[in-house]
Amino acid sequence: MSTTTLREEIITKTRNFLVEEFEVDGSTIQDDAPLKETLGLDSLDYVDLVVVIEENFGIKLGAEDFQKVVTFRDFYDHIEQRIGPNA
Amino acid sequence: MSNANRVVITGLGIWSCLGKDLKEVEASLRAGKSGIGFDQPRKDMGYRSALTGVVPMPDLKEKLTRRQRVMMAEECFYAYAAAEQAFAQAGIDMDFLERNEVGILFGNDSSAKAVMESIDTVRRKKDTTLLGSGAIFQSMNCTVTMNLSTIFKLRGVNFTISGACASGSHSIGMGYLLIKQGLQKMVLCGGAQEVNEYAFGSFDGIGAFSVQEAEPAKASKPFDKNRDGLVPSGGAAALVLESLESAVERGANILGEVTGYGFSSNGAHISDPDLDGQLRALNMALNMAGIAADKIDYVNAHATATPVGDSIEAQAIDAVFGKRRPYVSSTKSMTGHECWMAGASEVVYSMLMMHGDFIAPNINFATPDEASAKLNIAASTIEHRFDTFLSNSFGFGGTNSALIIKRYVA
Repeated sequence: MSTTTLREEIITKTRNFLVEEFEVDGSTIQDDAPLKETLGLDSLDYVDLVVVIEENFGIKLGAEDFQKVVTFRDFYDHIEQRIGPNA
Repeated sequence: MSNANRVVITGLGIWSCLGKDLKEVEASLRAGKSGIGFDQPRKDMGYRSALTGVVPMPDLKEKLTRRQRVMMAEECFYAYAAAEQAFAQAGIDMDFLERNEVGILFGNDSSAKAVMESIDTVRRKKDTTLLGSGAIFQSMNCTVTMNLSTIFKLRGVNFTISGACASGSHSIGMGYLLIKQGLQKMVLCGGAQEVNEYAFGSFDGIGAFSVQEAEPAKASKPFDKNRDGLVPSGGAAALVLESLESAVERGANILGEVTGYGFSSNGAHISDPDLDGQLRALNMALNMAGIAADKIDYVNAHATATPVGDSIEAQAIDAVFGKRRPYVSSTKSMTGHECWMAGASEVVYSMLMMHGDFIAPNINFATPDEASAKLNIAASTIEHRFDTFLSNSFGFGGTNSALIIKRYVA
């Protein structure tokens, strides 16, 4: 599996669970958009985000992981790093 | 008690196996239509009986946010639907709720599905974080009052009554007392009951359910000699109770007046009913209402179709009403036993009858036994105008509740 494909897969899965489970307007999910503000996340939403990430990518993110994530691009980078061939 | 407030009902809401609103439910009651079906997954899980009330899930996606819905157990969905109807009928909008201290008291005594699913997840994942944010709020018995008080921005009394199968009835009784004493002007009362395969396994396990699965609509036979147990069911019912003063001030349409609430505990066996306990609740309700037994026109019986339970209740009704013989029916013959919700839903059903001038039938009543032969059981729909009814609810642990409600006269 090439890195590009993995990245695409991460983006698609992320979009799907955000639109379906978090009911986010798909058009707001842009690489440079701020994740927290776009999703309107409160502390309880983070718990649910941890659950869907685990369900979709098989990894568990902690509070320290989210501190490094500002934009959606950061999020994709972080997931790719954790589940990609170099993980 | 002459200075006590009179307590009236100004809104009703219902979501049950008989229908998704008052109109549908009234039509089912009048037609003697059963809401019972057969649920194969229960059989697959090892239930003795797969009979259940068939209750659709309300689609609340357009009405509530994801954050709101994530916190809600199954029974909260039914309760929201019923509460929305009750507030609408009472003419209460969000603006009113934000400006006034409206309370909420709901009967609920389990949230098994939420608990079971959480346990399954944590056993599989070995990590409590992966239960998600809603698990705790869905798992508590007070899930309904927690969620509805938040959604409707209620600022008055707020707690859940867990009184087994009398929970819904006690919620109305307690709301009535709080308003009567002047502590609340308006309380949303009701009851909710989950209807999933996790909710009733242990109840099925003690052999309480009817196993007459071949014809689900005929399985629930309250008072009939050939009854063999109850059929579990659920949904939610809601009532807006308020002081007469508040209702008149608002120009609300007054649907009925709560005049008596009798309660008692058997102080005896955990599951066996007790004649003395029931009699004390019935007589307390009559005393509080300040009326003689012959003023009761209709009794909505608790009768769940268990052999012992119906017999004791029949004896209690006969002992209190004797020769007067008011009409008696158990709507559980159509709905099954709506458990935590039953005491509230059966008041809603009886209110629909009182306003529709009919007695809903105790379907599947073909052969009386010694005790039920003494009662005036409506085996088919009877067109009859009545002004006062009594609703019985009895539960495990020996908790008893009787409510008296009458047509409102200024």
